[in-house]
Amino acid sequence: MALRIGCAAPPGNSRNNKTGSWRVFKPIFNYEICTACGICQSLCPDACITLVNEQYTPDYAFCKGCGICANDCSTDAITMVLEEK
Amino acid sequence: MADTSVELFEPGHRACGGCGPALAARHILKGSGPDTIVVASTGCMEVFSTPYPESAWKVPWIHSLFENAAAVASGIEVALKKQGRKEHIVCICGDGATFDIGTMCISGAFERGHNITYVCYDNEAYMNTGIQRSGATPYDASTTTSPAGSASHGNRTQKKDMPAILAAHGAPYVATASIAYPNDIVKKVERAVNIPGACYIQIHAPCYTGWGFEGARTIDVAKLAIQTGLWVNYEMVDGDVEKVKKVKRKPVDEYLAEQKRFRHLFKPKRNDEEIAKIQAIADRNAANFGIDI
Ligand SMILES: Cc1ncc(C[n+]2csc(CCOP(=O)(O)OP(=O)(O)O)c2C)c(N)n1
Ligand code: SF4
Ligand code: SF4
Ligand SMILES: [Mg+2]
Repeated sequence: MALRIGCAAPPGNSRNNKTGSWRVFKPIFNYEICTACGICQSLCPDACITLVNEQYTPDYAFCKGCGICANDCSTDAITMVLEEK
Repeated sequence: MADTSVELFEPGHRACGGCGPALAARHILKGSGPDTIVVASTGCMEVFSTPYPESAWKVPWIHSLFENAAAVASGIEVALKKQGRKEHIVCICGDGATFDIGTMCISGAFERGHNITYVCYDNEAYMNTGIQRSGATPYDASTTTSPAGSASHGNRTQKKDMPAILAAHGAPYVATASIAYPNDIVKKVERAVNIPGACYIQIHAPCYTGWGFEGARTIDVAKLAIQTGLWVNYEMVDGDVEKVKKVKRKPVDEYLAEQKRFRHLFKPKRNDEEIAKIQAIADRNAANFGIDI
């Protein structure tokens, strides 16, 4: 690939790279237990948990299945289950 | 107050799942806000966030070399000042870049007192090239260039006190933080970028790949470093320690035992003598900073 002066990457276009395909375990959220404390959102290294209809929701297109959200959830509302592909 | 709902570091980056530095990047940018220019050194964060033609950054970002981020930031600061512009200039660099190879450029930038914030994400070794020791690697950690074995207990040197070195340059603000407490990172970065002059923040950012523990436990490991006194979170203003996170201290074993880089201290049997030396480091930190509750 030839790189010339002025070549630039548009801001945030890493979104073209769907890291969800890396996942081995998948976080499943139980909204009957979840109190929407937002700890998972704050601790996800992939910034892929957002509020959707007032519920913290992982974006499986990017979630790598690291398990931090499940490990640090304040109410144990997140379970890691083996991904089926 | 920083608007923490704005995400300026996007998904799709290629860090290992559960990467401490990737988490640090999100919160550094929440603290500095959208009017930020990031200057990077070579290392994991540079590589995983910007494989051309992709970028995870939603702010201008520049990378030149491994060793010169502070010099590049100095130049940007002077050029923007001339134009009357007020963007925050934030270096985000690894510990190898900061403690070792970039020290001369950093010293120059702090001596001249450029209006920049230099953030070191400290994963305590050169991770991107395969876990070589750096000046930030703690005592006795096994790395590929300080391997533990029959002739060695691992890294022979102690972690260099970079915050003290930069405070000695007359930096108006020097702070340490940890990914275990993201809101604290946001507050400290926001404070630093609003103080004129060269400020320094060092963020403890565990790397499970290089340290050898379960990725889901990245935050727990970061917390244990603080709870054992092996990492101290504090703020220094004009050279005086102003605020320290206090803890009810746990024995250092709790931090060391689950990490492969310290496994040789526990197997085949507990190395009491070496672990006592590491406990002494924690005790010294506790005495120096008064962290004990
Ligand atoms: C002058 C120079 N020497 C060596 C390298 C090879 N190199 C690239 S990244 C890296 C390690 C970076 O370590 P650190 O700053 O701690 O960041 P990390 O990868 O741990 O995040 C090294 C040695 C380089 N790019 N340039
Ligand atoms: S498993 Fe990891 S990447 Fe996926 S949502 Fe949870 S914290 Fe984010
Ligand atoms: S090697 Fe460590 S620092 Fe580098 S991307 Fe992986 S977890 Fe992050
Ligand atoms: Mg490093």
